[in-house]
Amino acid sequence: MNTLFVEAVGLMAPGLAGWTASQAVLAGQQPYVAAPMPAAMATLLPANERRRVTATIKLALQVAQEAMAQIDLDASAVRTVFASSGGDSEVLDKICTALTQPDRPVSPTHFHQSVHNTPAGYWAIATSCMQPSLSLAAYDGSFAAGLREAAALAWADQARVLLVAYDLPLPAPMAGHRKIVVPFGVALLLNPAPPANRLALLRLTSSGNEPADRLDDEGLEHLRSGNPSARSLPLLCAIAQGAARQVILSAGDSATLRVEIDP
Amino acid sequence: MAIKPLAIAACTLTNALGPGIAASLDALRRGESGLRPCDFEDVVLNTWIGRVAGLEEEPLRGEFAPFDCRNNRLARLGLEQDGFGAAVRQARDRYGPDRIGVFVGTSTSGIGATEQAYRQCDLITRSLPATFDYRHTHNVFSVADFTRRWLGLTGAAFAISTACSSSAKAFASAWRQMRAGFCDAALVGGVDSLCLTTLYGFNALGLASTRPCRPWDVERDGLSVGEAAGFALLEWAEPGDDRVLLLGYGESSDAWHMTAAHPEGAGAALAMQQALARAEVLPAQVDYINLHGTATPLNDAAEDRAVVRVFGSDTPCSSTKGWTGHTLGAAGITEAIFVSLCLEQGLIPGTLNTRQRDPKLGAGLVLETRESPLRLALSNSFGFGGTNCSLLFGRRVRSPSPRVGEGRGEGVA
Repeated sequence: MNTLFVEAVGLMAPGLAGWTASQAVLAGQQPYVAAPMPAAMATLLPANERRRVTATIKLALQVAQEAMAQIDLDASAVRTVFASSGGDSEVLDKICTALTQPDRPVSPTHFHQSVHNTPAGYWAIATSCMQPSLSLAAYDGSFAAGLREAAALAWADQARVLLVAYDLPLPAPMAGHRKIVVPFGVALLLNPAPPANRLALLRLTSSGNEPADRLDDEGLEHLRSGNPSARSLPLLCAIAQGAARQVILSAGDSATLRVEIDP
Repeated sequence: MAIKPLAIAACTLTNALGPGIAASLDALRRGESGLRPCDFEDVVLNTWIGRVAGLEEEPLRGEFAPFDCRNNRLARLGLEQDGFGAAVRQARDRYGPDRIGVFVGTSTSGIGATEQAYRQCDLITRSLPATFDYRHTHNVFSVADFTRRWLGLTGAAFAISTACSSSAKAFASAWRQMRAGFCDAALVGGVDSLCLTTLYGFNALGLASTRPCRPWDVERDGLSVGEAAGFALLEWAEPGDDRVLLLGYGESSDAWHMTAAHPEGAGAALAMQQALARAEVLPAQVDYINLHGTATPLNDAAEDRAVVRVFGSDTPCSSTKGWTGHTLGAAGITEAIFVSLCLEQGLIPGTLNTRQRDPKLGAGLVLETRESPLRLALSNSFGFGGTNCSLLFGRRVRSPSPRVGEGRGEGVA
């Protein structure tokens, strides 16, 4: 029961502009070149909505959209798990700033965008998806927690789950109190049953306290250690390499999650 | 086939009615609300709140001092009630500290600490006080992290943050994580505390009432924000288990609007239907529904449509928000434990503060609290972003008193 198939991947980070464009870099066939992250377009949102939403929402929706575009499948049938350490800090900064002003003029839009499940809500609306969706947080272990919850959901319901993990650096003045130095978003479409086309087979074997894998490439390691969602990078590199191997993902503090990967 | 049930091995509840389950049960029976005119910090809003007394004077100390904020103080107060710590210690010895998962729902976690830090922000350097500890207070995970450390648990842990369905969904996650073998038992809970963000935010949306909230009332005009901590220890039910059991859960998304519920309650109905389907229970078998019932005009109307569509108008239902206020991310656990108490005590709470039922609403609303044996009861929790969760609980009735014309089976497990 502990196997999951990866059917599609979405990715957005500095120097990694989409999964398709990044596979050669992640597989070690091309050097990683740091570059500013392109603006997340999230074109599935209607234009008027796109103007209203924040960079965090667009990042989450962009990687989700990229993954779903790789497969001929109606997104309305897919359950979702959204994992993020801090949610939308840009919105929280605006609210906390408004609360320092006379009469505390909190914007209604900021307030409804402040919930951790805002990207999940926008995704459900944009894809007309009424399936179950969970939004969770586990600080630096958010990706590993999201992967395990997505797996548990996929196995329990015997259904596909789209896992979306994303985090942006916090704005000043919160930035000095939380070390997220790069933006990073990733989405994995997971299937508990063997699909027609698979990128990889995952086996979530155990969790423990063995040292988490680091990446040889300094630039990629800078991403991995600089964003909770980028703790997924050893897994993404293994998928891109297409060889059987195992990775040990950081699950927060000293905890880890071991994943075996078969092409 | 019905899913394998989970038993509530222990639980605890703290809210505006007081610390511990007895305070809630006593207030439910006596019809005494925990709501009061807003007296939180220096807030000047014409609204009522469900505030937990005494949190201001009880900082976290020692190794837990970094976690000190209103939300984690509330979590601590909750964890200290009802012998809950001792029950978890026993479970820890039995299962091992790394085999009990921790899944805690919260909406705003300790954002109050950031609100205060911003008010002390240095205007020239734009820097927050050096003592501000984002990770252990404001961050969403903080309350789950605090809870597991306080209880000495080291297994899988995360915070669930889906607005006002958060701690209902904790039960669904616990079931899945246990079924997947990631843990053998689960600590679920929800903690949300009063803060400026929610008080001024709901006010900005025009959703906060100027009076104690009146669910389903013809004059209802909004919610009362409350705060609460609740926790439950879950393990797989045993054959013949006579504890309160989680028999089914249902989750759905509205896919409609970020803050407004679907007018027909389509997502809410789906969540209720799935909870029934997982338990293999028919709507007519359900004895009581604890409504989400926030008392905003649109939310109650949407939930009413959904309840009537799934259950018709005969199933007794009520909203207990008039006692506690809307405790947001803690509403799911609060009302799950209310339902569990109702099953144990044979109690159907009324709908406090509600005088005249909205004639346009058709659900079988109960206004006055009454005694009634219950076997199956449902709890609804819905939230911003169109997130819905329904939980179905049941309890085997050991020696049912004979009743003329009663044709139901003996138990539910």
